Amino acid sequence: MARYGMVIDTRQCVGCMDCVVACQTENDVPVGYARDWIVTEVRGTFPDLAMEIRSERCNHCDNPPCVSCCPTGASHVSPVGQVVLVDPAKCIGCKACIASCPYGARFVHPDGYVDKCTFCDHRTREGKDPACVSVCPTHCMSFGDLDDPASRVSELLRTRRHHTLLPEAGTRPRVFYLT
Amino acid sequence: MFETTTTRHNALIDPVLRVWSWEIPVYLFLGGLVAGMLVLAGWHLLQVARGKSDDVYPVQTPLAAFVLINLGMLALFLDLTHKLYVWRVFLTFQPTSPMSWGSWILLLVYAVIAVSALIRLDESWPWLGHRFPVIGRMSRSLLARPAWLRAIAGLNIGFGIALGVYTGVLLSTMVARPLWNSAILGLLFLASGVSAACAAVHLLGSQRLFRPAPGGMIDGALASLVQPLTREIPPRSGSIALVRYDQIFLAVEFALLALLLIGLLTATAAHIEAARMLLTGTWAWPFWGLVVGVGIVVPFTLQALELKHRIPHTVIPALLVLAGGFALRWILVNAGQASEFFSATARL
Repeated sequence: MARYGMVIDTRQCVGCMDCVVACQTENDVPVGYARDWIVTEVRGTFPDLAMEIRSERCNHCDNPPCVSCCPTGASHVSPVGQVVLVDPAKCIGCKACIASCPYGARFVHPDGYVDKCTFCDHRTREGKDPACVSVCPTHCMSFGDLDDPASRVSELLRTRRHHTLLPEAGTRPRVFYLT
Repeated sequence: MFETTTTRHNALIDPVLRVWSWEIPVYLFLGGLVAGMLVLAGWHLLQVARGKSDDVYPVQTPLAAFVLINLGMLALFLDLTHKLYVWRVFLTFQPTSPMSWGSWILLLVYAVIAVSALIRLDESWPWLGHRFPVIGRMSRSLLARPAWLRAIAGLNIGFGIALGVYTGVLLSTMVARPLWNSAILGLLFLASGVSAACAAVHLLGSQRLFRPAPGGMIDGALASLVQPLTREIPPRSGSIALVRYDQIFLAVEFALLALLLIGLLTATAAHIEAARMLLTGTWAWPFWGLVVGVGIVVPFTLQALELKHRIPHTVIPALLVLAGGFALRWILVNAGQASEFFSATARL
């Protein structure tokens, strides 16, 4: 069974927000909300400064707290790619999943249910990349099966230094950032 | 320097998480209060089963608990954003979800309250007793069988503890909120709930509004909720016992609160920062003033003076305990939502 993940090269990302716009368009995300977003971090002491630009989204964790706390099973791990999804027809809007997510990746859709990144589940089932990956002008984003040693994402993780977000939370994220 | 900017601006998430407003603290407070009332009712039923007790007012706490749990459930329902799908909770059981456990526990609590409320219901609400003599027969049947009373008492205590602990576990399993990451939270909320229940039952026991019990439908129902069942004023020993119980649970609550903070202060940087929010940060004044001062230290001192006959018995300590119990939930829910893991430590 595939285990989808995403690898983002922070040395190539310029923060153009094409991924954000593509997601909004592809998934009809309501105005004022975002399933993915750009974070810019600057650290150091002038003139010795370093900047990292990241395209962030749901990390589709291997140990997802949002799934374990859901009282109805609306938040679940899909058998296709083991991505974390929300079934609006089961969601009661208790917001426990939002409170349990260390990444702030979820929000309440104006229709009442909880919404988030799906890794464009409807596209990946057809063998396509998620919308954000497909539009990236710098090709800094890669998507694929982490369990397949021959996949592009596995190769990048083997050969490049990388990190995940908040590893101390113990969620085992599947979005990796190359540095 | 370390500077972070984000383009995300999702409602209720940014800049600080605030998905739970007044409804959840109200629900957690009422849930804890009802849990404590079940424990007290169970304890008292055990005394009744042994033929030891005449002061019967805690036996009717299930009636008040029924009203309070409904108010709590209403608050919980109002918090949901996808309300029409609430029935989905009862189509499944998710063993890893405290909220799923809580939903089923609440359903069973209703059943326990219903059975417990039958005891002497015909006496406390005469109108109902006259209309439905079967209720009186069921009540007398239960009272004549100590083994059944013991079983009902056990259910009250068991489900009371389960309900009280669950309200804390609900928060403590949220890994993203360092302030809540402690197993002590369940015991703290249980101790606070029993303490608040002692105060609430004490308050109810002190009411003399409808003596003797009115015979009408509405006034009879109201009277059954807010005044002791006995025709005479309840024996003073009952209320003194409640004050003593309250003192014990206030002391336990204080100790658990200290342990919670010690646990956080000896954990990771994120947990230390979360504890500091309460001790010296944004929430310090409400925490020290309302939770520790108004909710524990002042009522404990007043109760000690009352028991030593230095000052007259009043309802003030009970009211303060209830206010403190609510403040504890209010502050922990709001401060907990604001606590988070540092984004900086992720990449050190």
